[in-house]
Formats: sequence, C-alpha cells, structure tokens
Amino acid sequence: MTQKPYLHIPRPTARPGEVPDFSYLKLSDAGAVDRPPVTEKAKNIEYLSHQLVRVLDEQHEAKGPWDPSLDEAALVKALRYMVLTRAYDDRMQRVQRQGKISFYIQSLGEEAISIGQGLALAPDDMLFPSYRNQGLYILRGTRLVDMMCQCLSNTGDMCKGRQMPIMYQNRDKNIFSISGNLATQFPQAVGWAMGSAIKGEKHIAASWVGDGSTSEADFHYALTFAAVYQPPVILNVVNNQWAISTFQGFAGGERRPFAARGVGLGIPGIRVDGNDLLAVYAVTCWAAERARNGHGPTLIEHVTYRGGAHSTSDDPSRYRPKDEWAAFPLGDPMDRLIQHLIKLGHWSDENQTALEQETKTIVDDAWKEAVSFGTMSEPPFLDAQLMFEDVFKEMPDHLKRQRDELLALTGDTP
Amino acid sequence: MAGKTYRQAINEAILQEMRRDSTVILLGEDVAGGTGAGGEGDAWGGPMGVTRGLVSEFGVGRVLDTPISEAAYMGAAIGAAASGLRPIADLMFIDFAGVCFDQIVNQAAKYRYMYGGQDKIPLTIRTMMGAGLGISSQHSQSLYPIFSYFAGLKVVVPSGPYDAKGLLISAIRDDDPVIFCEHKALYEMVEDVPDEPYTIPFGEANFIRSGGDVTIVAMSSMVHVATKAATELARQGIECEILDPRTSSPLDTESILESVEETGRLVIIDESGPRFGMASEVAAVVAEEGFALLKAPIIKVTPPFVPIPAAPNLEQLYIPDVAQLIVAVNKVMES
Ligand SMILES: Cc1ncc(C[n+]2csc(CCOP(=O)(O)OP(=O)(O)O)c2C)c(N)n1
Ligand SMILES: [Mg+2]
Repeated sequence: MTQKPYLHIPRPTARPGEVPDFSYLKLSDAGAVDRPPVTEKAKNIEYLSHQLVRVLDEQHEAKGPWDPSLDEAALVKALRYMVLTRAYDDRMQRVQRQGKISFYIQSLGEEAISIGQGLALAPDDMLFPSYRNQGLYILRGTRLVDMMCQCLSNTGDMCKGRQMPIMYQNRDKNIFSISGNLATQFPQAVGWAMGSAIKGEKHIAASWVGDGSTSEADFHYALTFAAVYQPPVILNVVNNQWAISTFQGFAGGERRPFAARGVGLGIPGIRVDGNDLLAVYAVTCWAAERARNGHGPTLIEHVTYRGGAHSTSDDPSRYRPKDEWAAFPLGDPMDRLIQHLIKLGHWSDENQTALEQETKTIVDDAWKEAVSFGTMSEPPFLDAQLMFEDVFKEMPDHLKRQRDELLALTGDTP
Repeated sequence: MAGKTYRQAINEAILQEMRRDSTVILLGEDVAGGTGAGGEGDAWGGPMGVTRGLVSEFGVGRVLDTPISEAAYMGAAIGAAASGLRPIADLMFIDFAGVCFDQIVNQAAKYRYMYGGQDKIPLTIRTMMGAGLGISSQHSQSLYPIFSYFAGLKVVVPSGPYDAKGLLISAIRDDDPVIFCEHKALYEMVEDVPDEPYTIPFGEANFIRSGGDVTIVAMSSMVHVATKAATELARQGIECEILDPRTSSPLDTESILESVEETGRLVIIDESGPRFGMASEVAAVVAEEGFALLKAPIIKVTPPFVPIPAAPNLEQLYIPDVAQLIVAVNKVMES
C-alpha cells in the first residue's frame, strides 16, 4: 500500500492534565549490562548504547559488573555534595523569586551526574560544563559565596559583572566558563583534548550538553572531530527528557537513544542511569580510563529527568504534567543514594537531617557573606570602570575617550 | 481600534496573515510549546509568549516546534520558501544568528540574485534583540546593522505596537527575505492598533515629532529615549525633530536629508555599537550627501565599544539614555 508523504510532528507521551507515561524509556535491570574491557573496539560494544547501565537495584543494593565498590567515605562524600548542590539551588531559586537575582537555573534531579562524574575525573582534567552542571563547580571547590556573587553580579563577581547569572567560571580549578549559546563547548572540549594529546599529556577533557542541544551542529561537528582524531575526551548528553517546552522527541530521541549518535562514527556510546550515582561514577571511570590510555573518545548518555522548570523564566505546568517527575521510573538520585547508604548501615534519617541542617547553615552563611559584596539594589556596586576593561589586552584610544565621557556624565571619575 | 501591546500586535499580525494565506507557516524553537494539551491555547508560545495561541488555531503542521538547530531550521525555512510557502522563522535571540549566519546572509540574501532572478525566497525571520534584562552579551545585542550590510536582505526595526503590526504584515507579504527585529524592552508597550490587517511600506521614515533646531534619528527602543529627551529639551527652548526610519534596509535617506535641511544639525541615537553600526551609517549618508546642510558636526550617541555587561548598573550605563542625548543635543546646538 502506498501512502502520501506526511509530516511527523513528535508529541510527548503526556501533556498537562494527562497521566505521565514513561513506557517509551527502555530500561535494563541493575547489574544486567556487561562491562567490557576498556580496550574493546567500538564495533564490539554497540549494545552499550541501547541498554542502560544501572548499579542500584529496587532494593537499593549495588549489583553487577559496573559496581564501583566505593567505600563508605566516598559514598558519604558524594551524598554531601549532592545535598549541598541541592541546598544551593534551592536558596538561589528562592532569592530569584524574591527579586534579588535576575535569573536562575536549577539542577534539581540531575545532581548525580555532576557529582558522580566530577568524582570520577582527576583534578587536572578539563571540564566544559553546561549551565546545569553547578555541581561540578561546587565539587571542585568553588566557594558558594563566589558562585552567589556571580549570580548577584556584585563586587565579588568572578566575571566582573559581565556574564548573566549562573555562567560561572573557575580557571584555577580547570573548569571552563559557561556559554549562553548551546553546545559551543563540545567542539572546544574536543580541541582541548587534541591539545592534550599533541602535548603528550595524560589529561582528558569532558563536556556536557542537554538532549535538546544535540540538535545543534556543534554537537555533530564535535563527534566528527572526536571520531577522526580519537582525542582523550568524554562527551556527555544529559537526557533530562525536556529542552525548554519541547520533549526529547524533538531532538530525535524517538528513533534511537542519544548514546547511539556516536555509533555511526565509530565512537563508543554508553547509556547510563543518570539518577544512579554509582552507575554514573563507574561509567565515567571506564570512559576516563579509555581516554587516558589512548583508546579515544566516549559518548555517554545520562538518562535523567529535569525536576524543576527549565529556568526561572518558564512555567512547566504549561507543557508537561505536574506529577511527571514523581512518575519517573529512575526516581530521585539523592533519595536513591541515601537509601543505599542506609541499606549498607552507613546512614540514618538522623544523619540525613543533621547533614541537611549543616548544609543549610553553610548556604545561609555564604548568602550573608555574598550580599555584603552588594546586591542589585544595595551598594557596593561594581565600579563602572570595569565595563571598559578586558575588551582587548590594551584599551583602544577611542574606547578610552568613550569611557571618560561616560564616566564624566555619571560623576564617576575615570 | 484598541490598546494593544507590542506582543499582541505581533501575534495578531501573524494570526491574520496565517488566516489570509494558507502558505504562511511559523517555525522555530518553542513557538508552539505545549501542543496537544487540553488547554493548548495556553501553550507556552516562546520565552516572551509572543506566539501563544497560534498552534490551537493552525495546528502543529503550520506552527512547528523545531529541534534546537538554528542553522537547520533557517535552511529548512529557505527550502520551504523555495517550495512555495511563506515561512516565518523565529530566531529566539538575534545573538543566535551566529549559528545560522551563512543560511541568512549567504543563502537567503543572495538566492534571487545568484540564480538570475528566477526564484524568490519570501522568508520572514522574526527575532528579538536589545539590552535591559541583565542577560549579558550573548543574549542582548542589537545586531540589526550587520544584516543591513547584506544586499538582498530587508531589515525591519519596529519601535512600537502600531508599526510592529503593519510592518510585520508587510514583511510576511514581501517576496524578499526580511529580518524583523523586536526589542525585548518593548513587549509590554501599549498603543492603539487597528483590529483589521494593514501594511506599512518599508523605507518610509516616521516623523515622530517635528522641530526646527535639531534632527534626532532613532530606531526601536531608542525612539522612546529620544521622545523623553525632546520633551525635556523643549522646556529649555530647543525643538527637536525625531525621525524613526523604521527599516534600516531599505533606509529612508531622503527623509533624513530633508529634515537635516530644515535643522542643519543631526544627532543619531542607537543601541547598536559605535563602530560600523546604524549611527555610523546615517552619519555617513548625511556627511556624503548633505555636508553643506550641516551647521555643526554630527554627533552619535551609542553604547561604548564593549560587549554588553550583565550587572544592572553597568548595563544601564551601557544603554544610551536621555541624559546622554541631552548633552549631545546641547553640544550640537553650540555651533
Ligand atoms: C544557540 C542557542 N539556541 C537556543 C538557545 C535557547 N535555549 C537555551 S536552553 C534551551 C534548551 C536546551 O535544552 P537541553 O539541551 O535539553 O538542556 P537542558 O536545559 O534540558 O539541560 C534553549 C532552546 C540558546 N541558549 N542557544
Ligand atoms: Mg534537556
């Protein structure tokens, strides 16, 4: 039978008011996916891009060949950073609602990715994060007060008032700045890794994009370069099911998993439960070992769910069911790690309450300190001079003239 | 006739043209956003809600959410235009033109010319520009002069709801590619806007205010800065004539020269940069064709030659304002 050409318009499985439906997610059981040696050729491990690496099972026990066997101290450390990231997000989200910062993006529900991967990588590895990877900054020791000052664009701002909130940078800790334009860091990470290989170093690079951003050309360019030069790079797709108001089907997720994007180019792709800290950690260690030992790039897809709005500028109840997160089959990454620790006998509700209290105090203190550097409405304000500096290494004469004229007008002397 | 916001005026122009002409389609990131829900009329309609409600009337086959690839949907819009449709492509922020620049300036702009005038690309690109929201230099630039550089592109820069509706309808009906640049600080602005469709021709400046002492050329949100400054200056006895060219390509140089002939003095205020921008272009036209009319050197009021900062105090300093314009007008009045 013949049929006329038609336009397929992807439709999410549930819209506002409908019952959430994640039947489209292909899940594997915890422990069910083989762990090949890091030397394995891409063509022999294509199954990794279709199955789902999971370690924690429904009973919160670690299972199978990907179990990284982290000790108590490492697990508690991971939990602490996840709790801290969530507490930081929660505070920043609230201060945005109070009008104290202009914009914010939470990572609610995705904390295991930044924390698990950050722990798996070495401090000298270079990170090219997306705007939802605040956990990486926190894990690498960026002080909360510094991050808050960036969001406040105040006199303590590491970007000197020049970047919108949440676009942090931390050069000293090997974290690249965040770009407002999607996916631009992907080719840059590949280039950094090429640089590392050219210099004969063992450092690797890692970068992150969302499911929606895989549509951008930069994503595909980066994969091509990674396939051609085989540099030591880990390319991550954080599939949180949603771009802004469009679901992952609009990025082609209805056809093949994002992890399979590498397969056609001969790059191993691996799909992992992004809400399972142990699985994320293990998969990242595997990819890092490959990269560090000359076996080339890996593409990792983290299956997760965006627990909150895209940013403080949208209202998700307009485009997805309110209770979708609660129905997400991979649960909440923080709860899962807590349950695992409890199961092992390393943790209790009391420990958790104490930890949350402790992190709340840390966040409270950081906020108090941050606002002492000024807010949008309260001084001290950034020195107007700063607007004119760092455009070029040397300020051109015509810019000096503009600076002098403008500052004379406002009464700020140059 | 009713009071409508800039946002409503733009929405109404698209709605009416889509009703009138079934070849008009709308595509871009999040333009439908929320399709298929019970109350899909409430769908998201992009970050500024400008396209809200359109999908419920025209369906997902004419209001298309696209994958996040500006280059791909710009290219696809060109292809769809070549197939006989009249696409409106929604570029969320003009800054993202960086990723689809080739499709716009090397493809859409040159198609008619390079292929011997045998075909047309009736494409409208709607986009958002301008500073003021604290979202810094990758989301706030006023890049419209860059597009005005390219022969084959028309560039529209509406300063209010009335112009926005009429100019957008003209853009959609135009057989050449048009870039329609909305200023994000204007979406809430209200003006009387006729309910029925109407067009405003390109290349015809709007005389916003008449006065014999100084000509002020201003576009987009700067028109409102100019109006405030002129009111203030009138109290001091200086009468300003304000001209809004409304389109930078084509540019109504005749009206500008006509006004300078009356006043002999020219101040240009613009939110694009001080170099190779709109202000430089207008200054060059008047210097070249109206030098003898000038009683004083031309003054440009623009932001400084820096990327746009995010901190509110710095961003406010960056955006040209009433005080700067008043200083400039006083200065041009000295000679
Ligand atoms: C080049 C470019 N196009 C569009 C945008 C606007 N935008 C910002 S975030 C976003 C959605 C990205 O979704 P996804 O990649 O899934 O990441 P997530 O937000 O879910 O983490 C869009 C469309 C942008 N910032 N840059
Ligand atoms: Mg996403």
